[in-house]
Amino acid sequence: MDFSKQFRLFPEEASSVAGRVDTLAIWLFWVSAFFTLLICVLIVWFAIRYRRRTENEIPPETKSHEWMEWSWSAAIFVILMVFFAWGAKLYVVVKKPPTHAMEIYVVGKQWMWKVQHPEGQREIDELHVPVGRAVKLIMTSEDVIHDFGLPDFRIKQDVLPGSYSTEWFTATKPGEYHLFCQEYCGTLHSEMTGKVVVMLPHDYEAWLAGTVPDVSMVQAGAKLFSTYGCAQCHGQLAPTLAGLYGRPVQLDNGKTVVADENYIRESILNPPAKLVANYPARMPSFRGQLSEEQLIDLVAYIKSLGAAAPVTQPVNGVAPDAIFNQPPAREPPPIVPVPKGGRR
Amino acid sequence: MTTGTVPYIPAVEVEERETYLNVSGKIRSWLLTRDHKRIALLYLISITFFFFIGGAAATLMRLELMTPARDLVRPETYNRLFTIHGVVMVWFFLIPAVPTTIGNFVIPLMIGARDLAFPRLNLASWYLFVFGGCFTVAAIVLGGVDTGWTFYTPYSSVYSNTNVVLTIVGIFITGFSSIFTGINFIVTIHTMRAPGMYWRRLPLFCWSLYATSCILVLATPVLAMTVTLLAIERIFHVPIFDPNRGGDPLLFQHLFWFYSHPAVYVMIVPGFAVVSEVVACFSRKRVFGYWFVAGSSIAVAFISFLVWGHHLFVAGMSMYGGIVFSFLSFTVAVPSAIKVFNWTATMYNGSVSLKTPMLYALGFIGLFTMGGLTGVFLATLAVDVHLTDTYFIVAHFHYIMVGGMVTAFLAGIHFWFPKATGKMYPEWAGRIAAGLIFFGFNLTFFPQFILGYLGMPRRYAGYPEEFHLLNVMSSAGASILALGYVMPLVYLIWSIKYGKDAGPNPWKAMGMEWTVPSPPPKENFTKIPVVTQEAYAYHMMTPQGGDGPILPPAPPGERVEGGKPVDVEWSKQ
Repeated sequence: MDFSKQFRLFPEEASSVAGRVDTLAIWLFWVSAFFTLLICVLIVWFAIRYRRRTENEIPPETKSHEWMEWSWSAAIFVILMVFFAWGAKLYVVVKKPPTHAMEIYVVGKQWMWKVQHPEGQREIDELHVPVGRAVKLIMTSEDVIHDFGLPDFRIKQDVLPGSYSTEWFTATKPGEYHLFCQEYCGTLHSEMTGKVVVMLPHDYEAWLAGTVPDVSMVQAGAKLFSTYGCAQCHGQLAPTLAGLYGRPVQLDNGKTVVADENYIRESILNPPAKLVANYPARMPSFRGQLSEEQLIDLVAYIKSLGAAAPVTQPVNGVAPDAIFNQPPAREPPPIVPVPKGGRR
Repeated sequence: MTTGTVPYIPAVEVEERETYLNVSGKIRSWLLTRDHKRIALLYLISITFFFFIGGAAATLMRLELMTPARDLVRPETYNRLFTIHGVVMVWFFLIPAVPTTIGNFVIPLMIGARDLAFPRLNLASWYLFVFGGCFTVAAIVLGGVDTGWTFYTPYSSVYSNTNVVLTIVGIFITGFSSIFTGINFIVTIHTMRAPGMYWRRLPLFCWSLYATSCILVLATPVLAMTVTLLAIERIFHVPIFDPNRGGDPLLFQHLFWFYSHPAVYVMIVPGFAVVSEVVACFSRKRVFGYWFVAGSSIAVAFISFLVWGHHLFVAGMSMYGGIVFSFLSFTVAVPSAIKVFNWTATMYNGSVSLKTPMLYALGFIGLFTMGGLTGVFLATLAVDVHLTDTYFIVAHFHYIMVGGMVTAFLAGIHFWFPKATGKMYPEWAGRIAAGLIFFGFNLTFFPQFILGYLGMPRRYAGYPEEFHLLNVMSSAGASILALGYVMPLVYLIWSIKYGKDAGPNPWKAMGMEWTVPSPPPKENFTKIPVVTQEAYAYHMMTPQGGDGPILPPAPPGERVEGGKPVDVEWSKQ
């Protein structure tokens, strides 16, 4: 056992937010330490100073003072609110990815991580990223809830089956860092670990070049798009997908949603859930026909069809031309069902 | 404490006074008793049994974690161990611990009642508890369950192939036991107070247990519904939480924590109850800021229903939802801080005696302060993202539940032991055990805060080499802690038979439970007392001359009947 290297209190600060989280935690530590010591010192002091000297001792009555109660309550409240505001402000930074972050897809399953780069590289239990670039992970699970935890980056995010969760970071130091599944996921939960390899930009380029991908995600998605006959309807009988990603979509129930990854995914698996206004519910569900990897390829392809600048707030009253609901050129003909299973 | 048989105490006096213990020694009279004091002892035996099951599981876990490799037990066994530990400790020890044992025993005595409002319901609640416990023990014996005590879906509802249903049936049944106890306490405190026991004179113990009971009655039904939904999905494959068939996996977490966060306060507010009494008695002072201490218990109970979302900060809840729940979680720290300041201020200018119960109570204040302040770390959003699901959170809630609740439970057991048995335990043994527990506890759990900040995930059977040293420290502390917990079991059982007579009021405490003999007679009070003062009027104690003991002034209600006390037993001491 070599314990010599084990005396440390902080993990590596390897992301752009790590230092800011640590600063907040250190402030919390000092304030907590102050109050803990205050209470302990008072208890010890009172226990000695006012110790019972004779069995029959009767101490005088102490009146309690409301002003004391209210003032220490108020003082505590103010201190707490400082930390609340500080924590919430930093949380917004930790949660909201920058708009032009590079996107990498992650699929978790019992008990491994599958990583897919847009260029087509696939990794298992490893994630290679360049230093200094914002990386947005778009993650889903094939089975139970997992969690993509990166302690050296001070971030983690549960990975849910059935929808996409996102998490982002900008790595600041080249090196290898722990990846832990941080949500209990069954028998080999403790072995669902891996590493994130942060590389200098030219090393990263070399790594990308050195691992020969089959096809990029967009190409793979385009192939699926034609295999499943999506283009038969989309564009004429069904809404066109060009320029869809990131724009508000007018639904037939009068609401507006922003077409993000989760919307595209849901519309493939459960099309009637959020139906575009003025279109009939004719698209079949592709649930059970596409693996999670195929789904993310498709999503990546649809996103590539001209992405608008991401809109974060679905707002009513946006300019009509921004609304993605151009009515079909003509009255749609009777339903032409796409055979289940698509055409291969 | 636990003996395996009923704790019958043989008479030693020549002229035997009838007490609740010797009124009948038959097993049948114990199993059909409606006496709140006997039911309290039945509960005490049951939860002690469960405490040592949960403790055994924890021991094996700490042994496994002595080394980074997964070597002592297989991962599937480790997962079963932490599930058993959580399920048993939460539902079969911590939640019933203080209310059903100490609360059951002393609430009627404190408010001048002969029993709880519904004695049969009280017994029924014990039977339900044991019945539910049988299911959970059966689940353990038949191969265990590996979902963690939180039963997160869809793992528990679709993927786990262990005894999930059997376990949640046990929890479902035990939930009704909690509800019955809660209803019983609420009705008792409302309707059974002796004349003169106004709300403003109600001991703080009763205020806290009143708040606890409200939580039990309001929150436990949600647990029952949640586990029922889980069982429906598991048995009948009705999609509720499984996203592959249209369910929502996060719905379970919302429902579960809507119960379980209030339940966390069920696991600490009764600790406040005990500590308020003990600190007052051993400082000979009224608890500083009576109304603030009483009110903060109610406030904690109320806010506890509004903060469940802080368990979901990284689960996929919206960012704005997270900010709202963070704010609400911060507010709960205020009433907790009020309590800590008031207990500390109670000692000011008092007459402080560091007897065993007081050592535990002071340990509670320190450990609860640390547990509470580390809770502030976790309410702080950006820090929680880093710390949640690591050992930091394990350390945090063990500071609250073990450092807080178990320590308070032991304070209460040592405080009221003489009342329940009429005997004293050896003081030196009590102090040594209290010291061992305080030291062992900190050595076990403090390193886990550092482990958590370094990023060690919870529920891992193995871990990277770099976390080894702190885990070894933690396991070493756990062995000291285990010794500390076994000690009271031994010397308290020994004291039931061989302890010195305690007399009715060994601590010279002012509460009404100390005005009746020890052990109390079956009917508690021969005549329902009339209460003339609060339970904390320590400044009104009167020295009885020279070296003689000091006594409370005219005990509540015993100055009636033409100026002569009805029951003079206590004043002979």
